[in-house]
Parts: sequence; structure tokens; C-alpha cells
Amino acid sequence: MLEARDLECERGGRILFQNLSLRLSSGDLLRIAGPNGSGKTSLLRILCGLLTPTAGEVRWKNTPIGSLKEEYSREIVYLGHAPAVKDELTARENLEAGCALAGLAVAADAIRGALVEFSIPEKPLRQLSQGQRRRAALARLRLSASVPLWLLDEPFAALDAGAAELTKGLIREQVERGGAVVYTTHQDAGLRDSRVLEL
Amino acid sequence: MLAAARTLVCRDLRVALRRRSDVATALLFFVVVTSLFPLGIGAEPNQLRAIAPGVIWVAALLSSMLSLPRLFEADHADGTLEQMLLGAAPLGVTAAAKALAHWLVSGLPLALIAPLLALQYDLPAELYGVLVLSLLLGTPVLSLIGAIGAALTLGLRGGGVLLALLVLPLYAPVLIMGAGAVEMAAAGLGGHGQLLILGAMLIVAAAFAPWATAAALRIASE
Repeated sequence: MLEARDLECERGGRILFQNLSLRLSSGDLLRIAGPNGSGKTSLLRILCGLLTPTAGEVRWKNTPIGSLKEEYSREIVYLGHAPAVKDELTARENLEAGCALAGLAVAADAIRGALVEFSIPEKPLRQLSQGQRRRAALARLRLSASVPLWLLDEPFAALDAGAAELTKGLIREQVERGGAVVYTTHQDAGLRDSRVLEL
Repeated sequence: MLAAARTLVCRDLRVALRRRSDVATALLFFVVVTSLFPLGIGAEPNQLRAIAPGVIWVAALLSSMLSLPRLFEADHADGTLEQMLLGAAPLGVTAAAKALAHWLVSGLPLALIAPLLALQYDLPAELYGVLVLSLLLGTPVLSLIGAIGAALTLGLRGGGVLLALLVLPLYAPVLIMGAGAVEMAAAGLGGHGQLLILGAMLIVAAAFAPWATAAALRIASE
């Protein structure tokens, strides 16, 4: 599905990685590991098209993602460091807006179900804790089953054991369904990775 | 595609509704600035009538600019900007939706209360229509052009001042036509020409500004 060739990334005059190639096919679970500042997030941002690599290119089904634009965006879910939720809105409103923005048609029932599963109260997120906010962001994965590629940046940060288990379950389901998942983490999360990329 | 834009506008309006202080600040700024001029200049009706269109327009322009730095800042900080960049709709459409939401919150209210403020200047009642119409046509242009500036200065320190320097010269034609329309109408010449030019500016800005904003947003998010 996804293929990256000879990627090179330079941030602030320092080369983070060079000649990095990877190939993802359906059912792959790729973990990107490495210490802080090694370029995990940059690699993920390159893979989703937010960042242009200094050299090399990323192809989705043999077409460069630069020329696919929104067509590629519809095939991926990217969850970054920042939870991408609005503090003024409730988790339900955030999910509705997030899904609509991503072009996912989701029934109100499905959203309610996801919120119950992640046990997020129906309140503006400003009144919730950091971890609950993170849960609100991850609940989107429950609604993204139809999206083939998930790119997750530190999905287990700020999560308690229960929520981390729930997220791992979602990742496993996605892989079994034939989707692909790329995620970054400092320490092994105990998922059955098909490959680990050390930066 | 339009569903995504509609959702974005609704979301921004809902956020604005729950943070009313931001909206109120810009509106109060408009009210206070326009009220200061009669106090400073003195109650000479002819003079006030003459300066009314210009003062109201300048105040509207500054007040609409007041909230510009925040247009993309919050989205940038909480990560929703990345989701917009990766959205299913073209980024230009998303940028247009943001500008529309900005106008609904910071431009439309100005146009609606302008007649009330024109009272202080003893502006003849028959000019209220032209004044409101010129603001209704002109303030969306301010939001559209302002969005380009907001995207260009996103993430810069002291971006607010730079934004003003970037955007204010571009606002000048809108100001000239907007205030000009009311002055022409006051002189009994109708002011239709200026209003038509404002309309043309709005069409051109609506067609091109969102794409410029989109390009600037992509650069800012790298």
C-alpha cells in the first residue's frame, strides 16, 4: 500500500535520518522506536504528507502522495501529539466535527457508542483531565474502521492502563481487518509488531 | 466537501459562542473607538456628519483585525490545523470556511450595530442603508484578506504587529470604497458605483484569497 523510498529529513540544520526506505502492505503493524529528538514524529508527518522530505518520496499505491492530495488524506487517519480537539466543545461535538472534516459519514449512534466505550463524560473538554482529552481524540479510531492506514504518534501517552488496552485492541482489530498501522513509541507497548524501525 | 465546510463553520461558531468574551471584545472596541471621536472633536454636527463614514469604517477595519491573530492560532496549538490540512475537502474550501466563520463573528455584528453608532454623528437616517450595505459587502473582504495575513504570520513571535503591517495596506482599497460609498450617498450621488466595486472586490477575494491562505497554511505547518 504505502512505500517510502530514500527518505531524508533535515530539521534545524541537523539530518535526522537518511536513505530510509520502508514498505507497508495490508495487515502490517510498524512500530517506529527511538529516543527523543530522533525524528519519529517527523517521519510520521512525512508519511502523512504534512512535511515534505528533504529527499526521497512517499508513494501510496504507486502514486506519489504529493499528487494525490485529498485523495490520499481520505485513506489515512493521523493522530498527532496534540489531541486535535477543541476545549470549548464536548467530546461528541469534537468527534462529529473531526469525522466530517475527514470525510467520514458516521451515524450518531456510532459516536455515542465510541464515547461510552472510552467512558468520556458529556461535558466541554475544558472540564476534563488531560487523559480524558486524549481518550476523546483516540475515540476517533473506533469510527475509522473504513480507513486503511492509521498513523499514530505516541498513542499511549497520558493514557491509563484501561484506555491503553482499549487502544491496543483497536489497533489489533485494524491489523486483522487488513488495514495497516504505523505508530511511534518510546517503549515496547506489547503489540505484535510485524516490524520495528529504530531511528 | 460542502458538508465539511459547513461543519467547520458550525464548529467555529459554537466555539465562539462558548468564548463570548472574544467576540464581545472586538465589538466593544468598535463601539468605544467610534464613541471617542465625537468626544474628542466636539459636538459640531456638520463636522461630525462629514467624518462619520470614515471614522466608522476605520473603526470597523481595526476591530475586524483585532481578532485575526487568533484565527488559526488556536487550531495550530491544539492540532486541529493538522486535521484540516489532512481533511477530505480541498484546503482552500476549509480556509474559506474559516474566513466565513470569522466574518460571521467579527464582521456581521459590526455592520448590524453601525446605524446605532451613526446616531452619535447625526448621520441622516436615509444613509443608514448605504452604510450597512457597504459594511456588509466590505467586511467579508477584510476577513478573506486578513486570513491570508493570519496564515502567513502563524507561529511567529510578535506576529500580531507584523500581521497589522501586512494586512492594513491591503485593506486600504476596501476602506476607500466603503467610506466613499456613504460619502457619495451623503452628497446625493447614490454611491452605487462604490458599492458595485465593493461587490466586485468581494467576488475576487472570495475566489482567490482562500487559495492563498491555503498555501500559507501549508508553509506554516511544515
